Amino acid sequence: MSKGISSNHMIKGIRGSRSERADGRLSKRVRKITMGIVALILSTLIFWIPFYFVIINSLKNQAESADMSMAWPSSFHFLDNYKAVLTASDYMLIRAFINSTLLTVLSISILVIVAAMAGFVLQRREGGRTSSFINFLVLAGLMIPPAIVPTIWVLDSIGLFKTLAGIMLIEVALHFPFAAILYKAFVATLPREVDESALIDGCGGGRLFLSIIFPLLKPVTSTVIVLTSINVFNDFVNPLYFFPGADNATIQLTLYNFMSRFTTSWNLLFADIVLISIPPLILFIFFNKKIVAGMTAGAVKG
Amino acid sequence: MTKTKMRTYSYFFLLPAGIIYFVFYLLPTILSFFFSMTRWTLTKWTYIGFENYATFFSETSLSIGFRNTLVYAVVTCGLKVVLGLLLGAFLTSRILFKNYLRSVIFFPTLLSTIAVGIAFSTMMHPSHGMFNTVLASLGITGPDWLGNTKIALLSVAMVDVWKGVGVATVIYIAGISAIPQEYYEALKIDGGNNYSAFWNITLPLSRPAMNSVIILAFIGGLRSFDLIWAMTKGGPGFTTDLIASIIYKQYQAGFYGLATAGNVILFIAVSVLAFPLYKFLTKSEVNL
Repeated sequence: MSKGISSNHMIKGIRGSRSERADGRLSKRVRKITMGIVALILSTLIFWIPFYFVIINSLKNQAESADMSMAWPSSFHFLDNYKAVLTASDYMLIRAFINSTLLTVLSISILVIVAAMAGFVLQRREGGRTSSFINFLVLAGLMIPPAIVPTIWVLDSIGLFKTLAGIMLIEVALHFPFAAILYKAFVATLPREVDESALIDGCGGGRLFLSIIFPLLKPVTSTVIVLTSINVFNDFVNPLYFFPGADNATIQLTLYNFMSRFTTSWNLLFADIVLISIPPLILFIFFNKKIVAGMTAGAVKG
Repeated sequence: MTKTKMRTYSYFFLLPAGIIYFVFYLLPTILSFFFSMTRWTLTKWTYIGFENYATFFSETSLSIGFRNTLVYAVVTCGLKVVLGLLLGAFLTSRILFKNYLRSVIFFPTLLSTIAVGIAFSTMMHPSHGMFNTVLASLGITGPDWLGNTKIALLSVAMVDVWKGVGVATVIYIAGISAIPQEYYEALKIDGGNNYSAFWNITLPLSRPAMNSVIILAFIGGLRSFDLIWAMTKGGPGFTTDLIASIIYKQYQAGFYGLATAGNVILFIAVSVLAFPLYKFLTKSEVNL
């Protein structure tokens, strides 16, 4: 999939035939360059200015940031601002970073194992009546939003409301459909002969999955890890409902809380925005192709 | 074979995922139908029939959410479908800086919605926000983007498109890249230009990609909450409230039954609008 995205030259065939004159080719070249430059300028205006605006204002002092202007700061306050944000409310942001990281790592570990197992069996049993019904339930999970208060009621009844275990299982349940669909699509590319030869060699279903199938699923596992970690890290709604409380704050909740607390210190609010945008930026730099391919595959298969 | 299949591909593999998915997603969804018909305090409930639904549709502060959600979903979905197609076609053509442009359009989709919402709401500040400062320097008095009841919902929708158009674009890029080059070559031989290539080849043959974009963007629009909450909190008044933000407000106010009724309405809206839309789109895809 990623190969298809990265290499395409669709108009290639339309370009030059032998009869084309040199000046025609030149004007095409000029057009190509102009279009590129216009696109560059537009993309800078539309996408880079917001980034610039946030970063530059995170470096100003309080009075200058209150202007919300694009102007260059009269003096830089990088250390002051970022230190103030990190230490605010008794190091709330650092605790939130730990909470969010913990939540992300734990929920993804569980998700990968249970979704791979489910995707494997669902694909191998494709066509049966039971598996079609299960597929329908999984697809429904992609579309229907979760019922909030009943979920809280269920969590409360089993003593998991406001706990890390509770929000973790919620994240697993809500990301399961997407992960299962990716796994199912990938298992379809693994020939059944693999399974059969393992069975002949005396493997049971469990051994077959653990020592043969699961290692082969590595490419899609890494896609699931990258995409889900961005989603869980950026998740605002679920922690808001299912993981409230000052000690439990996740990274998105701190930003939301700072929004009402720092109404006069925009510089600190912007510094917080910059800090929480760093993890997705790092993932993007390293896994750009993987992310794009995973999102496209999920969209087309789902 | 069937016996081996039963044993090898045992449904026990589904059990861990099944239990988590059932307890934390399916069960609450099923329960929501019952609890939406109660007055509910989490510990006690009284059955009140369809009263919550009646309240939802009779009180303007609640029913406006239904209308707003539809407007929001249609506007964001429509813009993403059209802009994504144009960007996708542009970014698969022979242009300079292609990879850079793709990255820059895609990156905002990975940012935190709350962060994007806060940044844009400061830029949309009526007196000294960036948008109006720029407009003022051109001699135009900019509107109060988020304070004017007529345009506030649309302002948020524009930010949603800014953030989300990257997903639509990469889906289109994948679809357009899969179109065989021969079609374009044949059209070129017949004397077609770039515009007829777009209208007669790219547009019809990227229909599967377009369908994915329509479904994803439309359902995303119906469900959206974060951005509106970060930018307007449903205000001014309740003119930008969506169903999801009303659910949150009713939950905070302790009207759990009413909040759950909102969830069921959202459930029904998605089922009634999105499932048939999906069926319709995939059906016409076959007829192509």
